Amino acid sequence: MDIFGSFALILAFLAAVYAFAAGIAGAITRRPLLTRSARHAGIAVFGLVTLAVASLEYFFFIDNFSMAYVAAHSNRALPAFYKFAALWAGQEGSLLFWSWLLSTYVFLALFVNRNKHPELMPYAGVVMAGVEIFFLTLNNFVASPFGVLGGPDASGTLRLAALGDGHGLNPLLQYPEMVIHPPMLYLGYTGFTIPFAFALAALLGRYPGEKWIHITRRWTMIAWCFQSIGILLGAHWAYAVLGWGGYWAWDPVENASLLPWITGTAFLHSVMMQEKRGMLKVWNVWLVFTTFMLCILGTLLTRSGVISSVHAFAQSSIGNWFVGFLALAFIVCFWSYWLNRDYLRSDNALDSLVSRESSFLFNNLILLAACFAVLWGTLFPVLSEWVVGNKISVGPPFFNKVNVPIALFLLLLTGVGPLLAWRKTSFDALRRNFAWPVIIGVLSGIVAFIFGFREIYSLICLILCVFVTLSIASEFYRGARVIAARDGSNILTAIGDLTMRNTRRYGGYIVHFGMVLIFIGIAGSAFNKDVQMEMAPGQSLAIGPYTILCQNFDRVANNNFESERATLEIFRNGRSEMMLYPERRFFLASEVTETMVAVQSKPLHDLYVVYAGRSPETGKPVIHAYLNPLVKWIWFGGIVVVLGTGLALLPNRRAALVLKPATEQSWGDAVAKGASPIGAVARSSDGHD
Amino acid sequence: MKARAKFLIGSGIIIVTLVSLAYVGFTQNKTYYHTISELGMLHGAALHQRMRVSGNVRAGSIEHLSGRVDFVLEEQGRSLPISYTGRDPLPDTFKDGAQALVEGRLTPDGRFNAEQVQAKCASKYEATPNQTPGAAQPGRT
Repeated sequence: MDIFGSFALILAFLAAVYAFAAGIAGAITRRPLLTRSARHAGIAVFGLVTLAVASLEYFFFIDNFSMAYVAAHSNRALPAFYKFAALWAGQEGSLLFWSWLLSTYVFLALFVNRNKHPELMPYAGVVMAGVEIFFLTLNNFVASPFGVLGGPDASGTLRLAALGDGHGLNPLLQYPEMVIHPPMLYLGYTGFTIPFAFALAALLGRYPGEKWIHITRRWTMIAWCFQSIGILLGAHWAYAVLGWGGYWAWDPVENASLLPWITGTAFLHSVMMQEKRGMLKVWNVWLVFTTFMLCILGTLLTRSGVISSVHAFAQSSIGNWFVGFLALAFIVCFWSYWLNRDYLRSDNALDSLVSRESSFLFNNLILLAACFAVLWGTLFPVLSEWVVGNKISVGPPFFNKVNVPIALFLLLLTGVGPLLAWRKTSFDALRRNFAWPVIIGVLSGIVAFIFGFREIYSLICLILCVFVTLSIASEFYRGARVIAARDGSNILTAIGDLTMRNTRRYGGYIVHFGMVLIFIGIAGSAFNKDVQMEMAPGQSLAIGPYTILCQNFDRVANNNFESERATLEIFRNGRSEMMLYPERRFFLASEVTETMVAVQSKPLHDLYVVYAGRSPETGKPVIHAYLNPLVKWIWFGGIVVVLGTGLALLPNRRAALVLKPATEQSWGDAVAKGASPIGAVARSSDGHD
Repeated sequence: MKARAKFLIGSGIIIVTLVSLAYVGFTQNKTYYHTISELGMLHGAALHQRMRVSGNVRAGSIEHLSGRVDFVLEEQGRSLPISYTGRDPLPDTFKDGAQALVEGRLTPDGRFNAEQVQAKCASKYEATPNQTPGAAQPGRT
């Protein structure tokens, strides 16, 4: 069976090479037969990698411990759920999983567009096959997941050495979210390959028109959505499992996942400049390229061990392969840009500083600055070692110092940008659109200040959150009022109608609102509290409105782990509210101790309790309790972001009249100028694919 | 062109602000990584910088005292006495023989005053030949 899996992988590699070569030949000779067979080979890669993945999963489920990878990442007592997830628990398996997700994306991109864009698809297929070749090379020749234990015996024949039981899955990964988090993040990372392929293909093939930018934008949205989910699940996992009371530590691996997310976000905004005004073409192409290269860089950072991180991935020389691939990708990108740079000439120039264009430009500038700061801080130990021969690292305070102001400025733009008109916004329109949101935002800031809210960044964040929420609400309200007046429907129906007519615009607003919720949650961290105490049964500690009474300590055991557990009763205002059971588990197969946090999550705050082990001096158990305000808003905001993105991906319900892009105005202006309702609807439409 | 000039000025202001923030953040927060053998060669201002040092915890050297934990880190035959004074509990993985990364400052008497300790047990998953120092397991203390 291991032969079966590795054979499927070799065939997948060959199919990818064929798709690459035949694709190039097809694009040059323009013979449809070659192009078609290249596409079929691309689809075959998906089927073959699927077989390889299925074969490895099979070994996990039958507990075949002669397979090196299975023996290293599973054991008999491991629950089936985690045996499935053990596929991506280590270097080789996760790279195979990576290839599989990539080939799935490629399959979908090829299949969905099988009868479309004959000028674009052959080139895109070649780029996708090129990326697949790289990962399949790793799977086959560098980090094969199908290695077996044992070796040749005296007579030279291979003897398998099967272990009685495996080493077990890293206990940190034995948590339900660990089953979802890596696939989501990988779907983000691999997903950015597709927009990259389309952008590079459009450039190489000098694809006429702007159609490719719509395709690229949609695939970017999909990848971006998964990346967002992946990052937030990772943050939630860190919060719920690592037991240090926080969710983000500017760890290199966290940063690596944030970088392509930032440039992807920048692209999703600046792409509108190209669609509406024919501007920023070079910039957009490079944003897509950069996003892809940052994905590869992120993989490199995670796996090569060049930068020390709390994320324990096996470190190996595999990093060199990624460095090589990154260099190759950069050369190809730069070369195709240089050859075709005249293709990317801008149609328009910036008209006014107070316009939608300039808000997008500032948005991009700021996002790129954030990206650069994070990249710089992450790579600093490596760079400083090269330059001055001394590893210098920077910690979270550095990242916070730069990124908090950036994030707040972005939040401001989130509220301002959508209300500005394209080209130029008049002072009247500004006053009309901004007066109420600004006044109410500042008022709420003053009220909060009076109530003792003195943390400056949190205060600014609060004002901006109110302002952005109101400006989003006013956009919905203004648009819906026009529809309601025309159709005689009520305002809620009209809001639904409005949203479905222009899913991209209003879905985008919902994403913005989700980001506001996330900002509220993050701002709450300025008010975190924690208490640590040695507690014997019968003792209690007070934190915020809660009193934690220690009831008991006991031990629980099953055949996967033994655990020591505290039973805590939580009182609020003298009334018993609930029980919490923080634990420390000792995993038998891996001989590792893990902390199991107990969290009581409420909209206003989380009560987060860690059983920190026994005090070495007194032998008494130590309880560390945290009160983290508003954390739940982050996860809820994440859900809103995902729903908003999903909505933006839906096609518009009705094709609206589309006027010339340059006459596009913001809703407020269109309505205020007394344009007819239908005209206003048409004008605000962003024209979906 | 006027709008373009304004935009460039605005961008300039933003970039200068961010660069100065980054510079301040960097100077306040930079931490030097040193090996134990390098520590002996430091002099002048370099001795008082914030730094990170990694090594293996000498078996039997962990002593829990009131308000601090003392232990000895070893690397390539050299050793460094450490006093951990942070208030967070030490990570689960911190035990005899574990690989540890400490962050803090040297004191004039040659001890290292650690404010943070990260530890990674010599686990069988990550048993790799070319271990980078400080690739620590979670347990952010």
